[in-house]
Amino acid sequence: MFVSSAHAASTTDTIVAQGETHGATDPAAPGTTPDAHATETHTETGVAHETGVFPPFDSTHFASQILWLALTFAVFYLFLSRVILPRIGGIIETRRDRISTDLDEAARMKQESDESLAAYEQELADAKKKAGGIAQAAQDEAKAKADTEQAKISAELEKKLSEAEASIAAIKDKAMKEVGTIAEDTAHEIVKKIVGGTVDKASISAAVKAVRS
Amino acid sequence: MSNDPIHQFHINKWIPIDVGGIDLSFTNSSAFMLATVGVASAFLYLTSSNRGLIPTRLQSVSEMAYEFVASTLRESAGNAGMKFFPFVFSLFMFVLVANMLGMFPYFFTVTSQIIVTFALAVLVIGTVLAYGFMKHGFKFLGVFVPSGVPAPLLLLVVPIEIISFLSRPISLSVRLFANMLAGHITLKVFAGFVASLGAFGAIGIGGAILPLAMTVALTGLEFLVAFLQAYVFTVLTCMYLNDAVHPGGH
Repeated sequence: MFVSSAHAASTTDTIVAQGETHGATDPAAPGTTPDAHATETHTETGVAHETGVFPPFDSTHFASQILWLALTFAVFYLFLSRVILPRIGGIIETRRDRISTDLDEAARMKQESDESLAAYEQELADAKKKAGGIAQAAQDEAKAKADTEQAKISAELEKKLSEAEASIAAIKDKAMKEVGTIAEDTAHEIVKKIVGGTVDKASISAAVKAVRS
Repeated sequence: MSNDPIHQFHINKWIPIDVGGIDLSFTNSSAFMLATVGVASAFLYLTSSNRGLIPTRLQSVSEMAYEFVASTLRESAGNAGMKFFPFVFSLFMFVLVANMLGMFPYFFTVTSQIIVTFALAVLVIGTVLAYGFMKHGFKFLGVFVPSGVPAPLLLLVVPIEIISFLSRPISLSVRLFANMLAGHITLKVFAGFVASLGAFGAIGIGGAILPLAMTVALTGLEFLVAFLQAYVFTVLTCMYLNDAVHPGGH
């Protein structure tokens, strides 16, 4: 494609050159012809360089590109190494320091909270132990008190029971004693009513005694 | 001419400068080198100017680039290689931003010029050689003698190592150059199909859907390639620098 355009370009150049030679009507024609030839060859080589060579391989611009690359890259390198990289590095470094101090602080706080937790647990255990002791003592005391109370009450009851038993026995004896008299009186009355006579007391009491025993 | 996929690689003189017969003109390529440096510097400078302890989104992009290059270099060349960090970071940012700028329509891609990528590769290899000889003297030649290889085999291995070392600047530069060049040409060719098919009326416009879809997909792919090639260039630079720092190390 570019070969054809180069060809076209050179053709037009030739035509222009020819036009110039034909247009030169003054007598000094031999003088102008080399000039025209010079222009023609100059443009033709220029055109060939512009389009004939694949542009990235065109060596006419190598020197310029190397120069400008060297200049721009050197400036870029200096700017980055002097200004940008220390700055970004500083930012990252500061952040890293900050994070590590924060982490240290957090670790220290955790340590503290662990310690206070341990202290709290210790105190809790102590308090539990103490409370257990107090409860035990109170229980023991209450038990002892209850025991003595119980012993006292049962002793009292025992005493009352034995008193009651004694009084019952006395009453029973008395009643038993009175049963004989009542039986004698009753027998005397019965005999008197039925027989109509009196019976001496001694025989009646002997009879009652014989029945009862 | 606008449909010519090669047109985008043409170098146009903006300010002609001629020093002693050597053409040192300020060209569109020079302009885009300046733009690359300007954009990258401005981005890094402005995003880091707050020095926020809690980074903004853009600040964290700069920090990510920093950490990314730093970890890549540290993994390849160890802590001794960190003295090359500004150099490697500059290379990464320059190549990345140049590649990304090249993705804009009508923009010139600096890294699609073989001489630019070759100059960067020579800079890398030159740094390796200069630092290697300065630091280790002739021991640096141990780079060419892998340890643990029996003596007779060394006759074979050492020339291979030398050839592979010499081919490094070529492979490093051609890889980047060819990727950018081929990607941009492919993109341009497919985009050109859309335009030329569209000129054929209704059927043409229907037929242009496929190359249009391809162009969209390729644009995405090219962004990936633009990043990936900058990364590959950086990783390889780190590995070569590792040789300068630890010459007997492989």
